[in-house]
Amino acid sequence: MIKQPVAICASSSSEAYSRFTARKILASLLILALLVVVALVATTIGGVDLGVGAVARSIVARIAPWSGLTVDPMADVIVGHLRLPRIVMGILAGGGLAIAGAAMQGALRNPLVCPFTIGVASGAALGASLAIIAGFGLIGMGRYVVMTNAFLFAMGTSLLILGVARLRGVTPESFLLVGIALMSFFGAATGLLQFVATEGELVAVVHWMFGSLTGSSWVNIATVAIVLLICIPIMIRYSWDLNAMACGGDEVSKSLGVNCGRVRTVSMLLASLIAASIITFTGLIAFVGLVAPHITRLLIGADHRFLLPASIAMGALLLVIADTIGRTIVSPVIIPVGIVISFVGAPFFFYLLMVRRREYWQ
Amino acid sequence: MAVKLEINGISFSYGSRRALRDAILTIDGSEVVSLVGPNGSGKTTLLKCINRILKPKGGVVIVAGKDVSRIGLKEIARSVGYVPQSAAHSFPVSVFDTVLLGRRPYVSWGISPQDKEVVAEAIALMGLEEFALRQFNELSGGERQRVLIARALAQQPQVLLLDEPTSNLDIKHQLEVLQIVRMVATEREIAVVMAIHDLNMASRFSDTIVCLRRGEIYDIGSPADVITEETIRTVYEVEVAINGNSGRPHIVPLAPVAVAVN
Repeated sequence: MIKQPVAICASSSSEAYSRFTARKILASLLILALLVVVALVATTIGGVDLGVGAVARSIVARIAPWSGLTVDPMADVIVGHLRLPRIVMGILAGGGLAIAGAAMQGALRNPLVCPFTIGVASGAALGASLAIIAGFGLIGMGRYVVMTNAFLFAMGTSLLILGVARLRGVTPESFLLVGIALMSFFGAATGLLQFVATEGELVAVVHWMFGSLTGSSWVNIATVAIVLLICIPIMIRYSWDLNAMACGGDEVSKSLGVNCGRVRTVSMLLASLIAASIITFTGLIAFVGLVAPHITRLLIGADHRFLLPASIAMGALLLVIADTIGRTIVSPVIIPVGIVISFVGAPFFFYLLMVRRREYWQ
Repeated sequence: MAVKLEINGISFSYGSRRALRDAILTIDGSEVVSLVGPNGSGKTTLLKCINRILKPKGGVVIVAGKDVSRIGLKEIARSVGYVPQSAAHSFPVSVFDTVLLGRRPYVSWGISPQDKEVVAEAIALMGLEEFALRQFNELSGGERQRVLIARALAQQPQVLLLDEPTSNLDIKHQLEVLQIVRMVATEREIAVVMAIHDLNMASRFSDTIVCLRRGEIYDIGSPADVITEETIRTVYEVEVAINGNSGRPHIVPLAPVAVAVN
């Protein structure tokens, strides 16, 4: 059966594949373009009506101080110190949590995994609660204790998971089971702290747990950006290996020459580092790390070479939209983005899941 | 014909349970070898020891002149293709992308036009052109099996390992897949080793049958030599009648042997 027109058909399926990947690149660029537009529009929206011109001048003056544009000082303060940091942090946080989720889902070949289902976020929450309620800190003082505690507990949790997983064999099951056990344990510990907390402390903890972009500073942004710049290229370099692991499982990946243990360990570690460094400054922003990769997969498929970069843009887009809604819908009250993201993301995800009838997970 | 695969004294244990003991086997290019034997006799274990999915305890495996314990997984993957029993559930991936993974041992990041050509050729050889950009998850069992074989062929292997390639297929697709295996073995001078349950299919499509019993090789030889009433009684504890009309033995199972002594 099967044998005759090999040469002709061979090149035709290879050409069709080139068009297929070109479409993915185009779709990714469209998401990116949409992100740029949404981010710029978001800078013009807010309590004070500044107008596109004033905002644009302020941004250009900031990026290119030599341009010699005259900027209204009030506009400059609002854009440069309030709106832009918030939006840029939203982009970094959404993008970072999304690629962390995408890499974790691929490395553990499980669609339910994200930094929150694997214990990293619960670790951070316990660290923050300890600082706020018990006044216990590992490093630093004052308001920084909450941050350093959140970060160190999140990283400690992920190292603990890795350590136990190494003892048990670096399989997806090890990570999931250990992660879930730790999540429950830390959840209980945080609950106990909340139980004994005063009302004021409780409010502070709850606020931290909501996750918010209020209070984003350029220093925070620079810190997160450095972590992302280091971690993201390494993750993307593992795209092929993640493809093999997500699509074939460990035995097949090994037969294709992939060192699964190392790829899984490094991806999980980098994803945790990204998540921890973001959560440290924003508090818990759940959902985006779980759902942005799924939305991206529904749009362009599960090839990590395209999925990882496109997830960044998708996560950033979702978070900026959610935050803009959160700070305008009942202005001047700002609803924390951690709450809004689920309100915005869940129906959108649900819609895509229903519309795209292909067999998504089987 | 050149020797493609040499297995010498391979043993393996799962914890304290010994699954394979002192297996010795030599396979030429274009030769199709079937590993048969009851469940737990060590067929799949032997298969996985060849490309170090499992690390054997003792013994040597030599593929195309190279000791596989001395080269990395990537280099092994350039000479040994592996077709798993079935693909587990996964995220949506196109057939072309699935087969492209067979080029993983050769590429570091970018895929060359030549890589794509190798993939397209494997897809064409398996008759999968019309599915090339469909999702792997949407295909039927027989089509999936062909995709997995195409992926292994994209590795441009000297040795092809198949783990129960027919176990989830209806008869037509079983025949189709085994014909394909036979054809690639002959045309590309690949040494094929497959673990298979169906003795009649093994008899029909193999040059050599390796019969395993409790982790040891009980008998090796041509189908006519190995598939005999005595061997099957001893190894499977089943009484069979054997017809040899077509030149190759064909078994008809009768009944389990009442009491197994030993």
